[in-house]
Amino acid sequence: MLTYILRRVLQAIPVFFGTTFLIYFMVFAMPGDPIAGLFGDKTPNPAVADALRAQFNLDQPFIMQYLLYMKDFFTGNLGVTFSGQQVSDVLARAFPVTLKLVLMAVVLEFILSVVIGLISGLRKGKFFDNISLVVALVLSSVPVFVAMFVAQYFVGIKWGLAPVTVGADTTWGAMFLPAAVIALTVYVTGMRLMRGSVIESRQADYVRTAYAKGLTHKRIVPVHIARNSLIPVITNTAASFGALIAGTTVTEGIFNIPGIGQVLYQAITQSEVPTVVTFVTILTVIYVIVNILVDLLYAVLDPRIRYV
Amino acid sequence: MSDSPVTAVDLNQDTDVLVHDSHNVDPNKPLVEIRDLAIGFTTQGGVVEALKGVSFDIFPGETVAIVGESGSGKSTTAHGIINLLPENGKITGGSVKFEGKDLAHAKKSELYKVRGRDIGFVPQDPMSNLNPVWSVGFQVREAVKANGLATNKKDVNARAIEVLKEAGLADAERRMAQYPHQFSGGMRQRVLIGIGLAANPKLLIADEPTSALDVTVQRVILDHLEALTRERNTALLLITHDLGLAAERATKLIVMYQGKIVEAGPSLKILQDPQHPYTKRLIASAPSLASQRISGTHVDHVGGEEAGIDVADLAAKHERAKANQAATPVVEVKDLTKIYSIRKGNFKSEPLRAVDNISFKIPKGSTLALVGESGSGKTTAAKMVLGLEKPTSGDIFLDGTNLAGASRSELFKVRRKMQPVFQDPYGSLDPQRSIGAIIGEPLKVHKVGDNASRDARIKELLDQVSLPTAVAKRYPNELSGGQRQRVAIARALALKPEIVVLDEAVSALDVLVQAQILQLLADLQSDLDLTYLFITHDLAVVRVVADEIAVMEQGKIVESGTADEIFSNAQTEYTQKLLEAIPGAGIEWGDV
Repeated sequence: MLTYILRRVLQAIPVFFGTTFLIYFMVFAMPGDPIAGLFGDKTPNPAVADALRAQFNLDQPFIMQYLLYMKDFFTGNLGVTFSGQQVSDVLARAFPVTLKLVLMAVVLEFILSVVIGLISGLRKGKFFDNISLVVALVLSSVPVFVAMFVAQYFVGIKWGLAPVTVGADTTWGAMFLPAAVIALTVYVTGMRLMRGSVIESRQADYVRTAYAKGLTHKRIVPVHIARNSLIPVITNTAASFGALIAGTTVTEGIFNIPGIGQVLYQAITQSEVPTVVTFVTILTVIYVIVNILVDLLYAVLDPRIRYV
Repeated sequence: MSDSPVTAVDLNQDTDVLVHDSHNVDPNKPLVEIRDLAIGFTTQGGVVEALKGVSFDIFPGETVAIVGESGSGKSTTAHGIINLLPENGKITGGSVKFEGKDLAHAKKSELYKVRGRDIGFVPQDPMSNLNPVWSVGFQVREAVKANGLATNKKDVNARAIEVLKEAGLADAERRMAQYPHQFSGGMRQRVLIGIGLAANPKLLIADEPTSALDVTVQRVILDHLEALTRERNTALLLITHDLGLAAERATKLIVMYQGKIVEAGPSLKILQDPQHPYTKRLIASAPSLASQRISGTHVDHVGGEEAGIDVADLAAKHERAKANQAATPVVEVKDLTKIYSIRKGNFKSEPLRAVDNISFKIPKGSTLALVGESGSGKTTAAKMVLGLEKPTSGDIFLDGTNLAGASRSELFKVRRKMQPVFQDPYGSLDPQRSIGAIIGEPLKVHKVGDNASRDARIKELLDQVSLPTAVAKRYPNELSGGQRQRVAIARALALKPEIVVLDEAVSALDVLVQAQILQLLADLQSDLDLTYLFITHDLAVVRVVADEIAVMEQGKIVESGTADEIFSNAQTEYTQKLLEAIPGAGIEWGDV
């Protein structure tokens, strides 16, 4: 077990360097001079421009830039943005907001997947199953931003049940609406996975044996059917966690949430290498950690899985 | 076959079952009365009747066995009694009276009370009938709690341990926290028997309780089951495909065929004096120790009827076998060893000698049977002969060529001469390809002939295995198990091999189909002068196919010799144990 965790962490090291290098290179290769871009239409004073270049290491060759960045990264200096803020400060402000949003969305997604998938699986081909299929089809074919505008219009404006935008007020309650909309647009995959594995496990031999033992339906459904069907749903949820953190740009834009999506978007358009790379690196690390945790969770869910 | 269902004879008077009545029931009143039970399955093509009016009684403390081939409705009957049919199954008529209550029309809540408490159930496959994600202890405790045998945690646990101990798990306390995958098949079946008997039910339904187990384990489990049910005066309904086993264990025998009871009565009487033609065929087909080596019957090739034994042919065969012994063996295995390393965690591993220094020879045109329990290394040995597994050390000679040092391309050429047929006719054929494509693939891979000549060869092969040529256009799921195994044999023969390795090739088949396939193999052997390496755990089958036998135990060959020598005079205790474990070995079978 311990060897397994150690091995996974060691495997994460090349992943870390690989991603940071790739991201660094891609932002570096983007056309345009970031310093010139800072000054807009004005022509910068060459001395000022050179000073700025030196400050951001832009006068160095690519590989040196990367190595200097890495040195800073490991000494805890994440650099400054073009506007002079510490990247670490920006991160500390924006990151918890996004994490809150995504966590809420993922929990909602998981609950929707498991509950609807379980009922659909148990009532395969009956009324609930058919309705759930139609609803799922509609929800998964509507683009996220359309769903968000619709939610804003009805829930926020017409019915007044939730704030239309989030703004500075990033409490759980204020972000419930965007989180719910995200969950509704992504739960379909998990729901179908749950439904499929429920259909499979309710016909399993051990379920018949459980009935033969004298157990009731009420006990068999959660203990022998739902419990055995969770693994694929959990994998899917974990995968969506990573994807959602990286993909909140649209949601944060529409609901005006001051999370990393917005910061990242601005940084990319301005070729702010340190900001982009730092954010992406943090995302990568989170992704790797979540995946290790999920793999460890498998062993809890299915005792046949052993790590060696 | 008579159209009216046969009602089982009341045997209770002439059985000498020890009746120390723990259940307070009248021993002369049936415990279960099944009348005209009909069960249908809804399929795409409408409702298929699986049971067409079955009637029989089970008396307290009595052991009744239902025998029949797969699809005869024997398992459906068992599941129908406690109303545990698959979702598309439904009781369409008749009644199942258990102590006067009709279970076929009972409410769900009433069924919950009867299941487990009054009627226990032991399922067929110990591998799939325990939930893999819960510990064994959890699953036993669950049964104890559900049947109200104990309520507080401590009592439940104590009772669960007791249940497992009674079922023959000596170290139950230690093993309670373990999961099903940490148990062997036999151990798991003990757990399931323990669960089935946990509430001391009046009736125990055992659906093929030992078909997935080795013969020796089977014997131990059945002995134990018999002792437990006798001690508690529990009635036992035993479902099995094995006539010998049924006769040995049950006082009353019910023979089912196509959803109906065709014959019922005292076990020995049915075995020795069967009345119905189907029962007669079953008895004739079941291989037993008294059977003879099947030989080819290419003259009057009927492809499916009983194995006729031609004395002259047998003699000729014997002559040939003698002559062949002088010739160079086709296959010769010398000091073959295979060591696997088993991971123990923490970077440590332990060597496992799966095959340990074995040697054998197979003369041309004869059959060597490699027998042993599961885990004895027989399949690993076969894989190495086929070149599918690399030996750790030792040599395999094929027509004098050593395979050990052969290169990839040499191995490819050698494989033409040597083809396998595997156990599972469902798993060994690609469901997405037509039968013609499956049989023709080896020809394609080895670039034999053009399309037209390949098609001709496919037709010829189908003809050799007695399948209509139209089958070539069909797909594996449209064929029965026996037909699929014929296809697998045709595929093996496509390249005109000299050697066919049959790895448990008939183990998954019903006795009647098994007899047909064994006859086919014998015919092909005499027609094409094939050499067989026959891997099996079933000694009764070995009796009818083998010229020579090698018995394997824990990777070693512990005994070898001609079939007659082994069967008449087994030297090692292990072989004797294997022979004794064959169900029905001690019973005089009817001559039909």
